[in-house]
Amino acid sequence: MDLVEFENVSMRYGEEGPMAIENVTLSVRENEFVAVVGPSGCGKSTLMKLVTGLAPPSEGYVYLGGKQVSGPQKGVGMAFQASNLLPWRTTLDNILLPMEIVQEYRHRFRSEKAKFQEQGRALLARVGLAGCEDKFPWELSGGMQQRASICRALIHKPALLMLDEPFAALDAFTREELWCMVRDLWEEEPFTVVLVTHDLREAVFLADTVYVMSKGPGRIQARKEVNLPRPRDLAVTYTDEFAELVFELRDHIGRIREGN
Amino acid sequence: MTRFQRKRLLIKASPAILLVSLTLLWELVCYAFTVPSYLFPAPTDIWASWLEYHDQIMKHATQTLFTTVAGFAIAVVFGLFLGILVGSSPLIYKAVYPLMVGFNSIPKVAFVPVLVVWFGIGTVPAILTAFLISFFPVVVNMATGLATLEPELEDVLRSLGASKLDILRKVALPRSMPYFFASLKVAITLAFVGSVISETVASNVGIGYLMISASSTMDMGLVFAGLVVIGIMGVVMYEIFAFIERRMTGWATRGSDPGF
Repeated sequence: MDLVEFENVSMRYGEEGPMAIENVTLSVRENEFVAVVGPSGCGKSTLMKLVTGLAPPSEGYVYLGGKQVSGPQKGVGMAFQASNLLPWRTTLDNILLPMEIVQEYRHRFRSEKAKFQEQGRALLARVGLAGCEDKFPWELSGGMQQRASICRALIHKPALLMLDEPFAALDAFTREELWCMVRDLWEEEPFTVVLVTHDLREAVFLADTVYVMSKGPGRIQARKEVNLPRPRDLAVTYTDEFAELVFELRDHIGRIREGN
Repeated sequence: MTRFQRKRLLIKASPAILLVSLTLLWELVCYAFTVPSYLFPAPTDIWASWLEYHDQIMKHATQTLFTTVAGFAIAVVFGLFLGILVGSSPLIYKAVYPLMVGFNSIPKVAFVPVLVVWFGIGTVPAILTAFLISFFPVVVNMATGLATLEPELEDVLRSLGASKLDILRKVALPRSMPYFFASLKVAITLAFVGSVISETVASNVGIGYLMISASSTMDMGLVFAGLVVIGIMGVVMYEIFAFIERRMTGWATRGSDPGF
């Protein structure tokens, strides 16, 4: 079943503004890991806003879970390049924030706080943040903050997780560690992910399907299924098969550049 | 004692050292140039006036403290309320700002006679002047704190299904607290200015009145004693709010000393 569906979606900001994305059609199956890659300014972030209903499309239709998206969706998890953790809350309280807001949990938050805290601790332990529950975000390194940020996006078991270049500000080693973290989380308990990134290796390593977008106005340039066997080890990124896939995607991006 | 400890001690004692040196310098200048005390009293003259009139001074100071704190309290409640309105709605922001800046440009001393016509002389105009002069920084800081909320953070919350009220309660308000407390420190000192201005123009009680009547009899020692008392009250109130600020928003300075 398709969880997310775009039907000929176009979007412009303002009445006369330039097109951000144009005629985009794509679909995301339930529990599929989708990556969207493209040069900067290709409307990747616009895509995120459309799926989550934070902005309405100018033309076309967006469906989430079979229903047309109109207005902000409840219970979508989001993580960005900046971790956006709240500095006055401890790490544990930060990742429990969705439980205080999402309709399904908020009425029970006070009465079942201990249970939620247990869930939070368990999730933090899974991403290697055991022992950091009571630290404040500024006491964590950039990579740890980003782990916490992804925990916050996942704690309420959202139908859809949207990741907007979540690893872009990290160093190469930390980034690979976090790829593996997201991979493990996803393999243990599959959920639907849309990952927006400009890192082709990241996209191929993590995703089932990669969409390449062209530079503004963003169009879907290519759709590539990644059929590397799972579970994928980091070593897979050094195989010829992997390199070929990356190179093929790179070729599409190259053409976009020449096209301008 | 290590060099580091000596430096810490020096920083701690620096306000007292500066105060004592300036007082000594003042005394020395008055003594050296034999400045008559009806023009510019030496610290010893001021001390003598304090010893002679301290019952009266305290009576007037209590009145000034009362009007100041009352005006300040109204300013905080009103400023908080208006600041939240202005900061959370772009429409209200646009509509109210020019009006408020215009209003704040009116010298409040020019407004005191109007208040006297409406409310008579004494306590009420002093409270109102303190209020009028001190609410503006509270509004501006609250509005700034709320309006500078990171858009990504807002997106995260909205995609969880948060209402405007949720965003305000969980994120925007706690995030604005450093701005709010900074404004309190400005507002309390301004409130003293307001109440004393009003007392000098239209009152027969309060430090402002005491100073005006003392200067009409050329009793400069008493005038300066009044000034010193206001100064002390200002510092004490300021420190109280600085203390509360440190307790409430320690996360903003991460527990370190101010300055860099």
